[in-house]
Amino acid sequence: MDMNIAGIRLDVTEDGYLTDLSQWNKEIAVEIAKKEGIELTDKHWEVINWIQEQVKNDVALSVRGIKKSGVIDIKQFYELFPGGPLKVSTKIAGVPKPKSCI
Amino acid sequence: MKNLVILGAGTAGTMMANHLVSKLPKKEWQISIVDQYKTHYYQPGFLFLPFDTYTEKQVKKEGKKFIPKGVKYIQKKIEKIVAEENKVKLEDESLDYDILIIATGSKIAPDETEGLLGPLWRKDIFDFYTFEGALALRNKLREWEGGKLVVHLTEMPIKCPVAPLEFTFLADSYFRKKGMREKVEITYVTPLSGAFTKPTCTKALNYLLEEKGIKIETDFAIMEVDNDKKEIVDYAEKTIPFDLLVTVPTNMGDEVIERSGLGDDLNFVPTHKHSLQSKEHENIFVIGDATDVPASKAGSVAHFQAETLTDNIILYSKGYNLKEEFDGHANCFIETGNNKALLIDFNYDNEPVHGTFPFAKIGPLKLLKESVLNHWGKLAFRWIYWNMLLKGIAIPFVSRNMSFKGKKFDIKAERQHV
Repeated sequence: MDMNIAGIRLDVTEDGYLTDLSQWNKEIAVEIAKKEGIELTDKHWEVINWIQEQVKNDVALSVRGIKKSGVIDIKQFYELFPGGPLKVSTKIAGVPKPKSCI
Repeated sequence: MKNLVILGAGTAGTMMANHLVSKLPKKEWQISIVDQYKTHYYQPGFLFLPFDTYTEKQVKKEGKKFIPKGVKYIQKKIEKIVAEENKVKLEDESLDYDILIIATGSKIAPDETEGLLGPLWRKDIFDFYTFEGALALRNKLREWEGGKLVVHLTEMPIKCPVAPLEFTFLADSYFRKKGMREKVEITYVTPLSGAFTKPTCTKALNYLLEEKGIKIETDFAIMEVDNDKKEIVDYAEKTIPFDLLVTVPTNMGDEVIERSGLGDDLNFVPTHKHSLQSKEHENIFVIGDATDVPASKAGSVAHFQAETLTDNIILYSKGYNLKEEFDGHANCFIETGNNKALLIDFNYDNEPVHGTFPFAKIGPLKLLKESVLNHWGKLAFRWIYWNMLLKGIAIPFVSRNMSFKGKKFDIKAERQHV
C-alpha cells in the first residue's frame, strides 16, 4: 500500500506504518502526528530519536524499555502519546509497531 | 583435548549435545553439558495441563535420558561465566572452555510487577508458564464456579507469544464443555495494539474472538495488581477487575547471565541474529530463549537454530568463517479450541500467510486456517518432541530456513471458516 504524506508517496502498511525508515523525515513525522492529534515538542523528538535508535539496533520496544531509557518516564510517555503510546509513537517515528507472531 | 561446554539442558542445549556428539571428533573434543535440574519438561504441554488435557506425567521426563553417551552431564548450579578467562564457575568446581554455548533459556519474573506476588498469587492469580503454576491453575479451574476471567500478558518478549491467546481459546472451549460458559466472562488483555498484530492475521483470525465472545483490552501496560480490589491497573490508570487472573509475567533470561555481566536489561545475551555468535565474545554462541535475536522464543525456533549453529560450531572449530544463515524461521501450531488448530510458518522478514504445508498444494496441513488436522499435528508434536526433536533428528520435509513453496503471498486474506 502507499499513502501521500507531506506531499510524498510513501510505502505504508495497511494500518499506516511506514515500511521503510529511510523514507522518513521530520515533515512526515509532523504530518503523522497531526493525524493522531499530537503537536510535536522537543520532548516528543527526544523519544522519537530514541525509538529509532532502538529499532536500528534490533532492540525490542517495550514500555519497560521506555522506563529505563533515561529519556522519559512512563507517565510522561502516556501524556505525550495518549491512547496507546507505543503504537502511536512508533507510527510517528516511522518504525514498525511492536508485534507478536500473528 | 579441547572443551566445548553447553550451559543448560533444556530444549536447545539438549539438541546441541545430540547434534555435536556425532559431528565433533571425539579424540579432539570433550563435550560437557551443565544443568542443575533433573527434570526435563515439555513446556508446550503446560498449555494443556490446566484443562486436564495432559497429565503431569506426559509433560516431564528425566533429563538424563536425552543426553547422549559421550557427553559429560554435570548436574550443578552455574555460578558465573567468566568470559575473559574462558571459564565457567560451578558451585564447587570450575570448567575451562574453548567454545561455550549458552542455552540457559528464559523464565517468568513475576516480581517485576508490583503486587503480582501478593496475597492472591496462586489463589486467584496464576501463571501457566511453570509446571507448578499450570498445575495449581488446573486445580483451581476444577472447582471454579465462574466470574470474570482475565487472561493477561505483561510485556514482550515472552516465550511462545501466542500461548496466552491459545489459553483464552481453550478456556472458552473448556467452560462450554463444562456447561458453564455463560457464567464466565473472558477478557484478553495485551500491551500490544491487538490480539493479532499483523494485518493478514488480523483479517484471517479476528472472527475467532467474536465467535467465542471474548472481550479484548489492548495497549494495556500494567503498572500493578491491586490485590484488595482484585483489579489490574495500567499506567494510564485504566483498571480491569478480575475474579481469576491468568497472567504471563515478564519473561527474563537466567540470573547467571546477569551475574556474569553478559546480558541486556532482561538478561538476554546480545547475539548476531544470522550466525548465533555472541556479539561480545567470538567463542561464545547463544541459542534458544537465551538470545536477544528478534525471533520468537519457541522450541521450533531453537530446533531450526540448532541446525545452523551445529554447522557454525564445526566451521568455527576449524577456523573457517561462519554461515550467516539463520532466518528467524518459526513453525507453530496454534490451538483455537474445539479440537481445532492453526499452523503458522514465518521468519524475521515474512509474516504468516495462507497456503499449504509442507508440500505445495498438497499440504496436508493448511497454514493460517483452522482445521482438525492441525490440532492432531499439535498433539502429535509431543511425541515428535521427546523422540525426534530433542535427539536432533531433522523433521522430514521441514527445512531450517523458511520455504516459500505452497505459500500465498500475493493473495489478500479473507475471513476464513472451515
